[in-house]
Amino acid sequence: MTMREKIEEAASRYPDQRSAIMPALLIAQREHGHLPGPVLAEVADILGVERIWVYELATFYTLFHTEPVGIFHLQLCDNVSCMLRRSEDLLRHLEEVLGIKKGGTTPDGLFTLSTVECLGACEMAPVMQVGDDYHGDLDIARIDALLDRLRATVRRPTGADLAAAGPPGE
Amino acid sequence: MFEPVLLRNVDVPDGYLLSTYEAGGGYRALAKALREHTPDEIIDLVKKSNLRGRGGAGFPTGLKWSFVPKRAGKPKYLCCNADEGEPGTFKDRIIMERDPHQLIEGMAISAYAIGAETAYVYIRGEYTLAIARLEQAIAEAHAKGYLGTRILGSDFNFVVHIHCGAGAYICGEETAMLDSLEGKRAQPRLKPPFPAVEGLYASPTVINNVETLACVPHIVARGADWFRGIGPDKSPGPKLYCLSGQVRKPGLYELPMGIPLRDLVCDHAGGPLPGRKLKAVIPGGVSAPLIPERGLDVGMDFDSLAAAGSMLGSAGVIVIDDSTCIVKVATRIIEFFHHESCGKCTPCREGLNWVVKVLRRVEAGRGAPGDMEQLGALCKGIFGNTFCALGDGAAMGLRAALAHFEHEFVVHIEERRCPFH
Repeated sequence: MTMREKIEEAASRYPDQRSAIMPALLIAQREHGHLPGPVLAEVADILGVERIWVYELATFYTLFHTEPVGIFHLQLCDNVSCMLRRSEDLLRHLEEVLGIKKGGTTPDGLFTLSTVECLGACEMAPVMQVGDDYHGDLDIARIDALLDRLRATVRRPTGADLAAAGPPGE
Repeated sequence: MFEPVLLRNVDVPDGYLLSTYEAGGGYRALAKALREHTPDEIIDLVKKSNLRGRGGAGFPTGLKWSFVPKRAGKPKYLCCNADEGEPGTFKDRIIMERDPHQLIEGMAISAYAIGAETAYVYIRGEYTLAIARLEQAIAEAHAKGYLGTRILGSDFNFVVHIHCGAGAYICGEETAMLDSLEGKRAQPRLKPPFPAVEGLYASPTVINNVETLACVPHIVARGADWFRGIGPDKSPGPKLYCLSGQVRKPGLYELPMGIPLRDLVCDHAGGPLPGRKLKAVIPGGVSAPLIPERGLDVGMDFDSLAAAGSMLGSAGVIVIDDSTCIVKVATRIIEFFHHESCGKCTPCREGLNWVVKVLRRVEAGRGAPGDMEQLGALCKGIFGNTFCALGDGAAMGLRAALAHFEHEFVVHIEERRCPFH
């Protein structure tokens, strides 16, 4: 399905198109990675609603990103239950190994590091969400292993790949 | 030995599938409700059970349902509050991930009782596994005729839609959730009108928490007297307790309402971490005032905790041991409320901003004489003066920390340092 079709399907669940703005923004963000101005305008046009309605939601709710984020958005919980299980140490470690501060993105665009409020998984504190997945009972060794796994899923083209693809332009 | 009710399926392999749920007697309560009871009888049954809302406020569920006008001339709505954002709380996530049909059956019976044909489950967007499981369960229930038109041969039609939140704690407040569902910024509404009369799209609407709705099939199947026989008569039933923080066995526990907090923490959850001592426990998510160790013999139910100056809230039990600075905990909690303040009313938006500033400087050893009085005055300015309970929760929690651990705040200010560092 195209983005438009997905949004129209979501909108059919409500008696009022305005209700479909939130689901539409979630769909658009999955498609585009973040929500720049032209995407917000497109969502408004598909639903036939005021652009300001779309813009106010995109900037009110924290899960919507109007600026680009890394391929892996590391969202470390630092609310009370995780704090009591030393999530601060994990934040310090992540800042150190990634060479960025909280809120920053690595220069290769791979990782954005954020702290977030309670993820609702306090039984496995300290916990971090990456994309759709929760990672719990974290310590420094597990964080390092997780970063390695994430890096490995993004395979960079090697010399052999380039040779197999042939000279550019053909 | 208490036999689990709400969690009986969570450790069953494939407990989230319809076939597993049916094999355990699932959807028989819905069939019983539709065949043997009128909607009013279901409302009476739930009233008699003394079921009270598990989202935090503890309002009697049957009474809430009875406020819905019988002939409204407009569609009625059921909204399931699955926006579980109260720090320390994870019970609804586990129900939806591992036993979503229990919730769907509860919604179907509740919708039949109030005369709603449409429900929206407002679920926090971070809960991707719960969303996927619930979507699958809704599709399965449709295919089997537990949802849709003329359910189980009756005249009852009912559909369930999922609406994903996008990271705003305030959506747990029921009228803010309604504004969010209508596609607006989530900000609480002035009451009255109450949602039962004028809620979603200005139509009669009931908003119930996941755990509340999950209790309903069991009440229909086993009767109001059975439910009332578990725990205190005025605040009965099986209850989910979320244990987290500095405790040996964090996790979700199902036990009767009213169980002593000390038994919950020390016996069931294994007590403090090795070599540490209990210092305080937050019994119901961070909106609930903390209870110092000496007060832990209180019963975990709405009335006992209210009498003890705290609240059951969402039953997010956060355990704090003697290695932890209460000023730091209080600061983190107020930072949370400040971040989540929706900005609608001044006492909450501006008041919490000032509280954060004062607490941060106290915690950092830069407190000034008069800061204790300042914090007290700020709490006074917030409490009772805000649109919704967010500001009250913040002020009550801070007041309890200041009252029970005053010396820790004073040491920070006088010695200009944190004694825990």
